[in-house]
Amino acid sequence: MRVPTEWLLQYCDPHLEVAEIARRLTMTGTKVEAIHHHGVGEQDRFLVGRILKVRPHPAADRLQVCEVDLGAARADGPATIVCGAPNVAAGQAVAIALPGAVMPDGGTLKQAKLRGVRSEGMILSAEELNIGPNDGGILVLADQPGPGTRLSQVLPIATEVLELEVTPNRPDCLAIYGVARELHAATSAPLSRPPWQEDEGSAGELDAVAVKVACPELCPRFTARVFEEVEVGPSPLWLAARLIAAGQRPINNVVDITNYVMLLTGQPMHAFDLDEVAGSQLTVRCARDGETLVTLDGERRTLSAKMVVIDDASGPTSLAGVMGGGRSEVRGHTRRVLMEAASWDGPSIHATSSALGLRSEASARFEKGLAPEQCMHAQAVAAHLMRVVCKARLLPGTLDICEPLPPPLRLRLRGARLRSILGVDVARERQVEILRSLDFEVHACGEDLEVTVPPQRRGDVSREADLIEEVARIDGLERLPATLPARRGAYGLLSPSQRLRRRVQDALVGAGLFEVVGWTFCSRSAVEQLTLDRARTHDWSTRAVEVENPLSEEQSLLRPTLLRSLLCSAAHNAVRGMRDLRLFEVGTVFMRDGAGEQEATGVESSVVAQQTGVLERRSLGVLLHGAVRPESWRERQQEEADFYALKGVMEAIGAALHIGGDVLRCEPFTGEGQPFLHPLRAGEVICANRSIGWIGELHPRALLDGLGGCAAMELDFDALIDVALAHAAERRHLDLISFPELRRDIAVVLPAEVPAERVRSAVLSAEGPRRSLLQDVRIFDVYSGPQIGEGRRSLALSLSFRAAARTLSEQDVAPVLAKIVAQLEALGGQLRG
Amino acid sequence: MRELTEKARAEIAAAGSSAQLEQVRVRYLGRRAELPLLLRGVAQLPPEQRAEVGRQANLARRDLEALIAERMETLAVGEMQGRLAADAIDVTLPGSPTVPVGRLHVLTQTTRELEDIFLGLGFTVLEGPEVETVHYNFDALNHGKTHPARARTDTFYLSNEVVLRTHTSPMQIRAMEAHPPPLYVVIPGRVFRPDSDATHTPQFHQIEGLAVDEDITLADLKGTLLAFARAVFGDERQVRLRPHFFPFTEPSVEVDVSCFQCSGSGSMRDGSRCALCKGEGWLEVLGAGEVDPNVYSAVPDTERNAPGYDPEKVQGYAWGMGIERIAMLKHGIPDLRLYFENDLRFLGQFG
Ligand SMILES: [Zn+2]
Repeated sequence: MRVPTEWLLQYCDPHLEVAEIARRLTMTGTKVEAIHHHGVGEQDRFLVGRILKVRPHPAADRLQVCEVDLGAARADGPATIVCGAPNVAAGQAVAIALPGAVMPDGGTLKQAKLRGVRSEGMILSAEELNIGPNDGGILVLADQPGPGTRLSQVLPIATEVLELEVTPNRPDCLAIYGVARELHAATSAPLSRPPWQEDEGSAGELDAVAVKVACPELCPRFTARVFEEVEVGPSPLWLAARLIAAGQRPINNVVDITNYVMLLTGQPMHAFDLDEVAGSQLTVRCARDGETLVTLDGERRTLSAKMVVIDDASGPTSLAGVMGGGRSEVRGHTRRVLMEAASWDGPSIHATSSALGLRSEASARFEKGLAPEQCMHAQAVAAHLMRVVCKARLLPGTLDICEPLPPPLRLRLRGARLRSILGVDVARERQVEILRSLDFEVHACGEDLEVTVPPQRRGDVSREADLIEEVARIDGLERLPATLPARRGAYGLLSPSQRLRRRVQDALVGAGLFEVVGWTFCSRSAVEQLTLDRARTHDWSTRAVEVENPLSEEQSLLRPTLLRSLLCSAAHNAVRGMRDLRLFEVGTVFMRDGAGEQEATGVESSVVAQQTGVLERRSLGVLLHGAVRPESWRERQQEEADFYALKGVMEAIGAALHIGGDVLRCEPFTGEGQPFLHPLRAGEVICANRSIGWIGELHPRALLDGLGGCAAMELDFDALIDVALAHAAERRHLDLISFPELRRDIAVVLPAEVPAERVRSAVLSAEGPRRSLLQDVRIFDVYSGPQIGEGRRSLALSLSFRAAARTLSEQDVAPVLAKIVAQLEALGGQLRG
Repeated sequence: MRELTEKARAEIAAAGSSAQLEQVRVRYLGRRAELPLLLRGVAQLPPEQRAEVGRQANLARRDLEALIAERMETLAVGEMQGRLAADAIDVTLPGSPTVPVGRLHVLTQTTRELEDIFLGLGFTVLEGPEVETVHYNFDALNHGKTHPARARTDTFYLSNEVVLRTHTSPMQIRAMEAHPPPLYVVIPGRVFRPDSDATHTPQFHQIEGLAVDEDITLADLKGTLLAFARAVFGDERQVRLRPHFFPFTEPSVEVDVSCFQCSGSGSMRDGSRCALCKGEGWLEVLGAGEVDPNVYSAVPDTERNAPGYDPEKVQGYAWGMGIERIAMLKHGIPDLRLYFENDLRFLGQFG
């Protein structure tokens, strides 16, 4: 909303600098986004001049040389000014800009020579002053102000304009008078009586037109008046200038009046050429599906049954509350005008303008809900202006089809409640003063106030809390002390799982990984690139969650995996020359909540998933690419990040969470594995005997352009954390210090196809279900070669033994070692050395 | 014997290394050397000569031992110096890299910082679903049926009843459903709106605060946010509450923090206009207010929070801020899109 201060101050003038006016409005809730200067600058360079003589330019047919009297403003006689306007003539009082004048477009006028004649200024048109339309000539001041008079004293050539951000609950502030009332409340400066106080019109029957409202629930009030002998023409400059400053284009005086009334009162109006209203009758009705209407902007609109149109005898003429139709628009030859001010259902107007993608100043006001009372405010102001500006004659009577007006809303404002919500006292007299300044009626009622809400605030103020806000915002939030809540019994603490999640992130950072934050959105083709030949059957496609209104095809799915965004982040860096990448991401992945999920995985789908149909999981993804460490002058060739480098990261996560290889481990896929992983260099991540994700080197076909080989992993983060929490809960102190552990290293040759994990678990189970001495088994060397034999490999195992209450001897571990050897032999193994 | 001693002295002095000296020692003092043999031969001398010869021989031996020890010391120092000199390195060459330092994402860092501030103020941290129902995202938060935020131009829909949350506020309702008052929580998380330009990305992050108790006032909101502003932007900061409108708070305010670049003056020391606050002296940082009574009414009475959130018995405040915006202000990050590009040269500067 653009508010010219020149207009605003007519109703409330606090005699403050414009910046201070803006500050007061902002601090009481009407935010001033910007203060624009509208019109000319260096106003003392704009004067009234009187043309003494006009003679032809010696060198140009279309130019004339004028001698202009500038009165006392110019000591050395009349000025010489070259003018090209056809209507310039001696005897005219005209608007002059002298060199140094700043024009509305910001340009500075300089002294000029036009075809050899020096011009000491410029004779201005209304358009050049930006106070009226282009009428093809210079502006002639009809009431002949004296030469040398400051132009700003006779014409609105400059004003400041406040650009307001009006919140959707305050359609009353989409009006100059409404803003004036806010300024009045904010500054206590007096407020002029409303411009609709005097109504030149009369109530009673109006015969000139017949109106039927077929859908009163969508049109609670429809009012109309008829004007005759209307002289349609350009608006006077004061009116045109205000519209231009407020951001509107003047059209003709009748249309301009409707816009002026809307800007002043907040109530949109529509003017019909009554002679073009077929049958002199109007019907307000719901549109029919598929019906079309050409609106004032020349567009043919297809309507639906939820929209409201106004018909005359030959069909729809306007789209109610949004835009008029072309057929009955007021033109130069119009003589009889029907002036309509109606009240429309806000939600219906909102739906119509959204559906058609058509927003107008009128719809922007109606959709927020206007009070039916405001119709007559608009009619009263329009009646006056039609007479003064268009010399029109108002027919007696007002057509007024009105649903019963809502009863006055009375609310109680409890002093104690006000104090308890704000945390500060506001004197009762001050409460009364504030509410009255905002047009509320107030009666004292003991400690409390009984408050009647004015019609224009009905949509916004309906409860005591709303009144508290009114008092608080005007009284000044600066006055509030800064206190802290008492916080009885409340304490701040991260939950155990939040702490563990932070620990994992910190551990990954400590292991040299960079955290990335990727996009939640991805495309179907991106998922297909990962799921490859199983695109039709893979969970990621079959249970993908689609956005109904995505910004683009690229963003039409919610990601089922972090792999895609990790790959994108990696590719972004790789193509920019950063070769060694160690990335991780924590984020949500999405799938449709599958039927039967519960039985399949044993995981209960959450309450939220039941409500939304979408299963959300917090996921942890890791991607490695390039060398594991930066190369240096001592060590040129660094190891490339492969499966084992990544598994090291997985083990670091386990270590950070105190869950070792017994709990968090990798196993070959039991089923067919993942299509985006190398079939033989990947596996399933098992945590507490449940699969929680995958780990492996990526399938070459799953990689992005510019990106070489990658190893990646994705885990169900919450499942991992839950296991770690359960383990943490069971943790008790163990004495590992009083009695040292005993270490034995053995090497065993086994068939190469026996997985290391099987060897490890066989050794660990050698003592039987209850381990007593053997604490841990670590594989510290793997060797295959000619000494070992084809198809076999040697694993070196480091065994550690400990007893709770004594120092172990060789004799103690010998029987366990024997059992271990037996287990290894059962796997086809043979002790070496 | 004198001759022998003189010869030994000369050889000791001539020994150029500890190894040579050791050979000299073995030659003169070793088990088979001349001097010990001489000493052993003393026994065969007549008794009156024994004592004298023995004494002389011992003296000579001690003398040589001392000489050798002294010479050994001198040689050892020299040899040590020689060895160290051979170990010389160029200390100005780069060190061997350890595992390179990783970084948390600047959004995670900022979120943690904010969480920690409010943990210190007695709040706990909750997280909520990113896919929400229209009920939690709009209805329960007092958004009218025609509120513009519901439009498909302003909200991503998965179906007519399911959306990507447009703010973290739905968790206000879920938190109240799950916990009886008093309630002090902050809710960080990712939110979504269908905007994409220099100042909007379709995903971004918010942190929401909610405190509900018997007597939480607007002044308490101001105090809480003043603590936040000072913790994040410096001890000198002030906050300013401006009236505003949000459907789920009443009264509603926007909260400005005094500009930390120009100390709230709007201009820099050289007189130029402060670019951060555009000369305003204030930075718009967040929206807040006292929880609207209709929001409490949207929380169903359950056994857990019976008698529920009765707006006549409880009151409190809520606030929400953009995490990207806080990080932008704090670190001078110029473009939202940098957050999600994950360029290592960007990420490496934070976290
Ligand atoms: Zn500043």
